[in-house]
Amino acid sequence: MRRFIEKIVENILRLSGAVTTIIILLMVVFLFKEGFGLFNNPVVERGHVLCVNASNKIAYLNSKEIKLIFDGEIENWNKLGGEDMAIEIFRFNEIFSRYSEEEFGNDYEKLPEKLGEVISSTPGIIAFIPGQYMPSSMPKVKALADEKIGGADFFGGKEWIPTSVPSPQFGVLPLVLGTLLVSFIAILIALPLGLGVAVYLSELAKDRVRKILKPAVELLAGIPSVVYGFFGLVVLVPLVQRALNLPVGETAFTGSLVLAIMALPTIITVAEDAMRSTPSAMREASLALGATHWQTIYRVIIPYASSGISAAVILGIGRAVGETMAVLMVTGNAAVMPTSLFAPIRTIPAAIAAELGEAPVGGAHYQALFMLGCILFIITLVMSIASELISKRDPGKGV
Amino acid sequence: MNKKLAQSIAFWIFRILGILVVGILLWILGFIIYNGIGAISFEFLFSEPKEGMTKGGIFPAIVGTCCLIAGSMLVAFPIGVMSAIYLNEYTVNGKIAKFIRTMTNNLGGVPSVIFGLFGMALFVNAMKWGDSIIAGSFTLGLLVLPLVIRTTEEALKMVPDSFRTGSYALGANKLQTIRRVVLPTAFPNILTGLILAVGRVSGETAPILFTVAAYFLPKLPTGIFDQVMALPYHLYVISTSGTNLEATRPMAYGTALVLITLVLCINLLAAFLRRKFGKM
Repeated sequence: MRRFIEKIVENILRLSGAVTTIIILLMVVFLFKEGFGLFNNPVVERGHVLCVNASNKIAYLNSKEIKLIFDGEIENWNKLGGEDMAIEIFRFNEIFSRYSEEEFGNDYEKLPEKLGEVISSTPGIIAFIPGQYMPSSMPKVKALADEKIGGADFFGGKEWIPTSVPSPQFGVLPLVLGTLLVSFIAILIALPLGLGVAVYLSELAKDRVRKILKPAVELLAGIPSVVYGFFGLVVLVPLVQRALNLPVGETAFTGSLVLAIMALPTIITVAEDAMRSTPSAMREASLALGATHWQTIYRVIIPYASSGISAAVILGIGRAVGETMAVLMVTGNAAVMPTSLFAPIRTIPAAIAAELGEAPVGGAHYQALFMLGCILFIITLVMSIASELISKRDPGKGV
Repeated sequence: MNKKLAQSIAFWIFRILGILVVGILLWILGFIIYNGIGAISFEFLFSEPKEGMTKGGIFPAIVGTCCLIAGSMLVAFPIGVMSAIYLNEYTVNGKIAKFIRTMTNNLGGVPSVIFGLFGMALFVNAMKWGDSIIAGSFTLGLLVLPLVIRTTEEALKMVPDSFRTGSYALGANKLQTIRRVVLPTAFPNILTGLILAVGRVSGETAPILFTVAAYFLPKLPTGIFDQVMALPYHLYVISTSGTNLEATRPMAYGTALVLITLVLCINLLAAFLRRKFGKM
């Protein structure tokens, strides 16, 4: 009996040992299942169709073309390979100003017919109407082919406008580039600072100073990101705006500053550990050859610790890429292609946090946000695996 | 002479950088304490928000955060400790242990907003728990699981092997040894890890955005399927999306001060325990 219980306990322990693996697998399944659902969505808002006059040669439009048409930027069918004919945009609501209430019948049963009349009589029309009112029996009405959102639209698209009607724009490039820009600048700021502090901690600081500096770094790591965001919002945003004379203080640069402060503890701790692990024989040999302490540091210790330092950098970037709240609060959240460091941008995690609440569950926007989650998940997974591989590398190789 | 000069310049730069880091910390803390201390009062801590969050207090958010701390620890603590026992006592250096450690590390590197997405897809939608304390607790619990596993494992590693062999020599089997010898010895350090996890949970915002947090909910929760307000989310809301940002600023400073005090006290407690019971 006791044996039996022991076996059960052992199996429970074994199962809980596997739990992190299971969670990662579940994450992959759930994120990717929701995310890839995006590519089953039509480019036109679900439940709606785009109709043209049957004489029009155009058979389908991609999501970008649809947006340009409805924004009024493409005004002639010949720009899209059709005949030379002005495009007339017709939105569903306009039907109610063309006909009186009585003409639709009691249950709007004549609505499709009236829509059909409008479309048939206007050769250059493009009509955006709910699918249920599609006048399918009319011979002179042609629905545009039901294109699905493609991988190229998503990964190569330069516009992120999920609420655009009739065709939401899910181009992730602005978000991906925004994320990378903010993170890289943050590391550029944090690296020299963090490295300096790590050298100071591992080589120069007296025990008394170390006892103050080490806990300070740990406390810095413990401050919640929303507090960093708040601090950034009320202190750094106005500061950046005034110092650089900008129209708004919520910029990519402000985000980088906040992220740099947040990445410092990671960089300092990992780099310091790497430097401390330099064998004392190497240090002493260098000093014995007449090198000064500083020469020893930058000729021997830093090269020896280089793999640890690179691991720290990658880990720092990984953290910065995934940081949500602080970035959300200080970067201004404009989902545009980043053109300047001193303009508002939006990052992937900020987009998820800001938009998921408004996206209807199961809709294209919701799925697009999960797809963003997949991208983020892969980026950070690659980063953490890379940093692990680098830090395991033979530390002597860098010399 | 030249290299001496280079050395002293470099070393002074490093000293200044060191001071700068302490300066940044003091700047952030000082700024929030200086501005927030005026907002703290008995009413602020123990009453609900009023008049569009410009008056009143943050009591529901404090209670909510406490619920989430308790809930997430109920999830993370047993699973994390069992997982660490398995790693340290059953598969000491095998390939499986290495694989599990890598996976735990990777899970630890996953951004918190992904946990939020995952929690929403799994607990809120697939399990149909809705926005609730239980969904939020599970999400946060999974988030700190790697931390709990790592600290528990280190605590178990610090138990000398002679304790185990001594126990075996007295005729105890493996399970008895773990229960009667290893766990009690490692307990203070396991507790330290748990406290660190509490510190992490109490400050996280992104995972609770879509799994539990309520924008404004003046009543206290009555069950595990209720939504709650939470301190970090409350700070986010009143500092970014109020109708009257000027009027809510004092409330925001006060909330930030309460949150930061809570988190730092927890971290200091962990640091104190660590110093008392041995290094980790």
